[in-house]
Amino acid sequence: MAESTTQSYLPPGLAMPVPSPDGVDQGFYDALKRHELTVQRCTKCGTFQFAPELICHKCQSTELQWQKIPGRGRLYSWIRVWNPVHPALKNACPYIVAVIELPQAGGVRMVGNLLGDPMQDFPFDSEVEAVFEDHPDKGFTLVQWKLIQGERRKG
Amino acid sequence: MSEYTVKDKVAIVGIGETKYYKRGQAPVPEFLLACEAITKAAQDAGIRVKDIDGFSSYSNDRNEATRLAAALDLPEVKLSMMVWGGGGGGVAAAVGNAAAAVAAGYANYVVVFRALAQGQYGRFGQSSPAATIAGVAPGYSNFSAYSAPYGLLAPAHWIALRTRRFMYEHKVKQDALAAIAMASYHHAQFNPRAVMYGRPLTREAYDNSRWIVEPFHLFDCCMENDGAAAVIVTTAERARDLKHKPAYVMAAAQGSGYRTDVAAENSIDYPSANYKTVAPRLYQMAGITAKDVDVAQFYEHFSGGPLMSIVEHGFCHPDEVNEFCTFDNLIAPGGRLPINTSGGNLAECYVHGMELVNEAVRQVRGESTCQVPDAQIALVVSGPLVPRGVSNLLVHG
Repeated sequence: MAESTTQSYLPPGLAMPVPSPDGVDQGFYDALKRHELTVQRCTKCGTFQFAPELICHKCQSTELQWQKIPGRGRLYSWIRVWNPVHPALKNACPYIVAVIELPQAGGVRMVGNLLGDPMQDFPFDSEVEAVFEDHPDKGFTLVQWKLIQGERRKG
Repeated sequence: MSEYTVKDKVAIVGIGETKYYKRGQAPVPEFLLACEAITKAAQDAGIRVKDIDGFSSYSNDRNEATRLAAALDLPEVKLSMMVWGGGGGGVAAAVGNAAAAVAAGYANYVVVFRALAQGQYGRFGQSSPAATIAGVAPGYSNFSAYSAPYGLLAPAHWIALRTRRFMYEHKVKQDALAAIAMASYHHAQFNPRAVMYGRPLTREAYDNSRWIVEPFHLFDCCMENDGAAAVIVTTAERARDLKHKPAYVMAAAQGSGYRTDVAAENSIDYPSANYKTVAPRLYQMAGITAKDVDVAQFYEHFSGGPLMSIVEHGFCHPDEVNEFCTFDNLIAPGGRLPINTSGGNLAECYVHGMELVNEAVRQVRGESTCQVPDAQIALVVSGPLVPRGVSNLLVHG
């Protein structure tokens, strides 16, 4: 069972994610609420794509589905943010923003926060796992990431 | 090269700029800053303002061509162009578009301009307080529902993410970023136009300055200013009869590579300044290589921009950045590659990179306050790492 939390990494007040009006990412958000990580995949040619699009970039098919993938990734890049650029972040710095590569979904990337002490070092290319951050009052779930302690994949 | 090129057919013949101000200190509205820069560029060229018959800008400049034309009493506007998206990635592209337009005969004197008073409108470095965000947000794909809820909200953040990965892959030290910032501040000390004139930067002050977002200290980040800058572009034939030595356009290139602008940090070639297709096209049009460039003006929202652009424009191998990007190598007059000789976005004024075009022209005229001796060829690099398109420009004297 995937790990989840109702404790949010950043304080409330940042823009709340909502599905696009054209429906392109409705399935992604629905799956997050079920604590499932999904990536858009073409049913014709099997190509993964993220961010989602209405058409497969490889074969231009519009037959796309949301495929469940394991909540495992690789820490591709990360930053420690010290300067709050939004009123909600005034007392939240420093915080960590990471780009996670998903080898089991064609290497697409997702953005998230890296949980844990923001002053620690997070080695590049470390293995990370998903943590689902529920916001029940607002009705959405974010996918966050944390280091898998003791493991490190070679870059 | 085929005849379908602007090479040597077009020149920048006039440059103008307002006094440069700290954010919020311009005593007049942004529109008047635009009018002043355009008028000064025409005066510098030795043409009447009424001779201007075309406009070219970028990043959705608020000062519409038709409003400017009416205010400046222009008899006719034959052309107005805006580079689609890309923010500072559009600077050299706006010059390139103007060059193409005059070469094609659409207009005779096109003014390329940018006016930006961040004290009167929104600040680029601050996030909007919107309550919700959907999919790919209008404006920048960098700021989408897939990233904003995580506090990835400002250009500093995504530029830092890319720079950090590049520095990791190529073992680049902080010293290289410091050298870029210090070279810019050094050059600004000779430039009375510069907002940071009289404000030298020591390495100690750099190291002690606060982090904005790692790896960028305060001094790695561009300023926020009020100002405007403009250049006049016309044919080489007309240029010969005008006041100044023309700065001939050798080449201009713009664009993006394969899936460069996919949201949630999914550019295929992520630790890149996005010049891997654009720089070769520029050199091919000009018929030169990096070795022929005498001086370069690299757009610096953050010092990571010049760092990665230096590599992708062929000045050094990615694994040689630490050796190449030293203060001594980057300063005029004697460095291997003097960069940002007016102080640029970091220390002259953030006119969204337009001031770098003016400085390139000064260099090939021999009129810079940090003149590179006998500078023949100047490079302008606009908007490195910007996923929505980048551009560059070569001029020669």
